[in-house]
Amino acid sequence: MSAIAVHRVEQATPWRAFRAVLYRDLYVTWRELPAFLAQVILQPLFLLFVFGKVLGSLGYTQNNYADLLFPGLLALTAVITAMQTLAFPLVAEFGWTREIEDRLLAPMPTSFVAGEKVLFALLRSLAATLIMIPVGILILGSIPWRWSGFPLFVAGLVLGALVGAGFGLLLGTLVQPQRINLLFSLVFTPLLFTGCSQYPWPSLDQLRWFQVVTACNPMTYVSELLRGALVPTVPHIQPWICIVVLVFAVSVLITVGVRGFYRRAID
Amino acid sequence: MPAVEVDDLVKRYPKSPVNAVDGVSFGVEAGEVFGLLGPNGAGKTTTVGMLTTRVRPTGGTARIGGVDVVKDPVAARRQLAVVPQRSNLDRSISIRDNLVFHAAYHGVPAREREERADELLEQFGLLDRARDKPDFFSGGQSQRVMIARALTHAPQVLFLDEPTTGLDPAARLFVWDRLRELRDSEVTLILTTHDMDEAALLADRVGVMDRGKLLALDTPDALISSLEGEGTLELTADRAADGAVVDALSALAGVERVETVQVAAENGVPEPAESQPLRVRLYLTGDAALSVAPAAAVLAEHGLVLQDVKLGTPTLEDVFIHLTGRTLR
Repeated sequence: MSAIAVHRVEQATPWRAFRAVLYRDLYVTWRELPAFLAQVILQPLFLLFVFGKVLGSLGYTQNNYADLLFPGLLALTAVITAMQTLAFPLVAEFGWTREIEDRLLAPMPTSFVAGEKVLFALLRSLAATLIMIPVGILILGSIPWRWSGFPLFVAGLVLGALVGAGFGLLLGTLVQPQRINLLFSLVFTPLLFTGCSQYPWPSLDQLRWFQVVTACNPMTYVSELLRGALVPTVPHIQPWICIVVLVFAVSVLITVGVRGFYRRAID
Repeated sequence: MPAVEVDDLVKRYPKSPVNAVDGVSFGVEAGEVFGLLGPNGAGKTTTVGMLTTRVRPTGGTARIGGVDVVKDPVAARRQLAVVPQRSNLDRSISIRDNLVFHAAYHGVPAREREERADELLEQFGLLDRARDKPDFFSGGQSQRVMIARALTHAPQVLFLDEPTTGLDPAARLFVWDRLRELRDSEVTLILTTHDMDEAALLADRVGVMDRGKLLALDTPDALISSLEGEGTLELTADRAADGAVVDALSALAGVERVETVQVAAENGVPEPAESQPLRVRLYLTGDAALSVAPAAAVLAEHGLVLQDVKLGTPTLEDVFIHLTGRTLR
């Protein structure tokens, strides 16, 4: 056995382990940057192009439709990106690659491993939504923007990412690997279309039952919060209501998700 | 202070009527190689799971380097490393990065972890594949990477769960060689295995497990000599014989049991016993050498000529059979 220097065990602190795991995730994202960009940009790009540009050019939508669609698509990107960042790798890591074991055995509490996943999902989600701004300018020519709405805008993006991360944590620890396809059809699609990203919630007055359904989707409040921030002239749910609902939803989802994470991490 | 102390450890999984681990106690000294031997389902992996903080015990205590694994799992994880049965390598990064990041998780300073990764890759014969991702690695290569990875943070206790199960013979020998090198280092090794050769070859002491219980615990030699006086005698005659010979051999003093050995043909299918020259194994209560002459005499009485004699000593497998009445596999 060759001489192997023994490092001091006290150097192995939980925060050091947390930072190293986060660095690993960022490192892999950086190495797979084209794949990451394709994953986060393509879907909102097409939605923006078809609903914002094509339908508008053909006269099927009003001129200001793109303005109310853009904040909705930011919300969609924020929630979905965070959810995808967490859910799919988690199902695989607990299910068949077992990659997560090496992190679970790192010298940090199990909650740190879950917390790192949430933080990483938040970072990726923020990156994805910020990329949407130049993409929106490119496709639509201009995007609705108000500096006075900036604090609400940031709150919307962060809360949206955390809601997505909470969903991702919950689904990632709940879904069996062989059912991963069901995630798409049973969860992603309904979440995508009932989250008020393509229509303002108050305008659903005409369709009462659907208004009730959408009110149950936390993403609705992200869309409405971002509309309140960027296009306050469009009727929207009061921002404070959105924030209260979202803080509540985030707390519930993260609590239940972390509990599920513990259940999978420790027998 | 013992490296590992296990006291009355119990694990019952929800909805299971029996304990997967049922009151196991043992201690392992620093630098020792400790083997847990038993068939699949004996509770070895669950025991290791509890010691490595991944399975929560239902009862009892387990300490790694004096640290209670339930009360302070973080401190326990600092001191241990695990090589699991199946690969859990990080598939998104190269094997060198697997080592480097593992060391980073454990707080090894940047320059040190790079040096240590290269050193271990070389030692495990992986330097030429350092930049490859683990996707296309064979079982033996993955196993080597995982052992190297486990060593990057210089653990005090290294757990290996069935380290050579499913490996081809060459890969198995390579892993055994590396583990034997580790015996000379200060690291404490705890390995589980259902392979008695592996246990006998590598372990200073062996705990025999079955159905969640630790049935015996001693050095391989002491375990085997606990079957004192027991030996085996294998006889081959020049031609086939009927059951009367077997009966006569069974009646000899000191013979516990006689088993007709079937010789596998080249295609692996045993030929019918009647068409084969007689080959029997005698399980004896006394010294095998003393039974050679009486057994030869019995064969001669039946007109058979003794052609081959093999004296055998018991193995850990026999210990297991003695303790449980079943074979390991």
